Amino acid sequence: MKLITAIVKPFKLEDVKESLKGAGVQGMTVTEVQGFGRQSGHTEVYRGAEYTVDFVPKVRIELVVDATDAERIAGLIVDAARTGKIGDGKVWITDVDRLVRIRTGELNDDAL
Amino acid sequence: MDSGNTAWVLVSTALVLFMTPGLAFFYGGMVRSKHVLGMLMQNFFAMGILAVLWALVVFSLAFGDAGNAGVIGNLDFIGLRDVGIGAAPGEFLSFLTIPFVLFCAYQMTFAIITPALITGATADRLRFPAFAVFISLWLVLVYGPVAHWVFAGGWLADLGALDFAGGAVVHINAGAAALAVVMVLGVRRGYPGEPMPPHSLPLTLLGTGILWFGWAGFNAGSALAADGIAAQALMNTILAPAAAMLGWLAIERFKGGHATTLGAASGAVAGLVAITPCAGFVGGMAPIYIGAVAGVVCYLGLGLKKALGLDDSLDVIAVHLVGGLAGSLMLGLFADDAINAVVTNEGLFLGGGADLLLDQIVASAATLAYSFAVSLVLAKVIDATMGLRIREPEEIEGLDLSQHAETAYSTVS
Repeated sequence: MKLITAIVKPFKLEDVKESLKGAGVQGMTVTEVQGFGRQSGHTEVYRGAEYTVDFVPKVRIELVVDATDAERIAGLIVDAARTGKIGDGKVWITDVDRLVRIRTGELNDDAL
Repeated sequence: MDSGNTAWVLVSTALVLFMTPGLAFFYGGMVRSKHVLGMLMQNFFAMGILAVLWALVVFSLAFGDAGNAGVIGNLDFIGLRDVGIGAAPGEFLSFLTIPFVLFCAYQMTFAIITPALITGATADRLRFPAFAVFISLWLVLVYGPVAHWVFAGGWLADLGALDFAGGAVVHINAGAAALAVVMVLGVRRGYPGEPMPPHSLPLTLLGTGILWFGWAGFNAGSALAADGIAAQALMNTILAPAAAMLGWLAIERFKGGHATTLGAASGAVAGLVAITPCAGFVGGMAPIYIGAVAGVVCYLGLGLKKALGLDDSLDVIAVHLVGGLAGSLMLGLFADDAINAVVTNEGLFLGGGADLLLDQIVASAATLAYSFAVSLVLAKVIDATMGLRIREPEEIEGLDLSQHAETAYSTVS
């Protein structure tokens, strides 16, 4: 089993979700995060006081998939999330040692 | 007793009372989220403690023996004694055509919001018990006397100074107190290097709308009648903040920045503050001039705290002290006896000479000096006895958790 983690631009979440659903992926977890790589932040001004904000809002998508599907699914995410501009994000794949479905107690491949 | 006048002052009392929660959200949106309940609580609690103190003793200190041209009232109305549904007693208040208890209630709403204004300057670092003690003593020792001097025919009114709805009694008073308290309190942890942007400008704008709406009761209600003066005051209470907003935004853009929502809100409030003393005494285009000047002057006033090395967190000095002074002094320029027969010396620009302007300078200076001095002493005494300020770990954790054991925005509900 593999964990796919993707950091994407928030407005691309819908495209990524629809692409994955179309490919038969049944679930994912999404969190709102902040980060920066090469994309720069912005400046805010409140009553004359300037604040430089380095972080940019992003969305983190996590899904646990069968090892044989991992590359294909990661590729779908990349294609759906790409805009061609700086800040598009990254996708990485890591190992999962153990998986349990809480409701039924099913393990590993049965819990996917 | 006039039912029309009574109806209007009844409504105005509710409108002005609404301004204190409005202020709570105006300030609350500007602080960091870990301190928002601390700010809201200080303002809401003010509605609790100050209302009771007003009824118990401060109404009497302010309005007892009205017209004595002195420095304080008396104890005639202690515990609302003789504050009934009939006419006000005595000669000075005989012009009232509303029930005396309504007059007391209306004035109470001013007494509630004035100390609450100070919370903007002291944001994020006051111990709640110390705050409660400070505003209670301040109401008795500062607000009561100053209200007597100006609103109840005390020595400043006798001098000839004018203040329609509280430029001195409310704004210069609270602004000077804010200056004194932040001198004792010290800066917020992390100030000025650490970014502390507003956590919810939508709340701030909502609060601004409530304040502007309620201010109709604050200014037009101070006519204590549903008449032409109230109407003029209401018009002024829309025109001045409008012009002030434009003035503030213009100077924001002129200094090379964007026109901001916080700027629009702050500009409007600056105009409302400045027109407060003038509201029932000026007309025509004067509110627009007064507002425009206030918008620019209060924006420039933002630089005062840096110049003085003080952390007046939400710019109470720039908006209320500077705005209150600007309005009170501009009244000396624009007061018009065609608007209000109470004006005996017209403003400088209307050919009345400098007499009123001089009276306004004296009243402004006296209020500023007294409020500053007593507030400074109060702050130092409270700091020495019970401690004004929260400790560093509490400041890191936030007022909400440390003072009230609460969280405003639970991420896991």
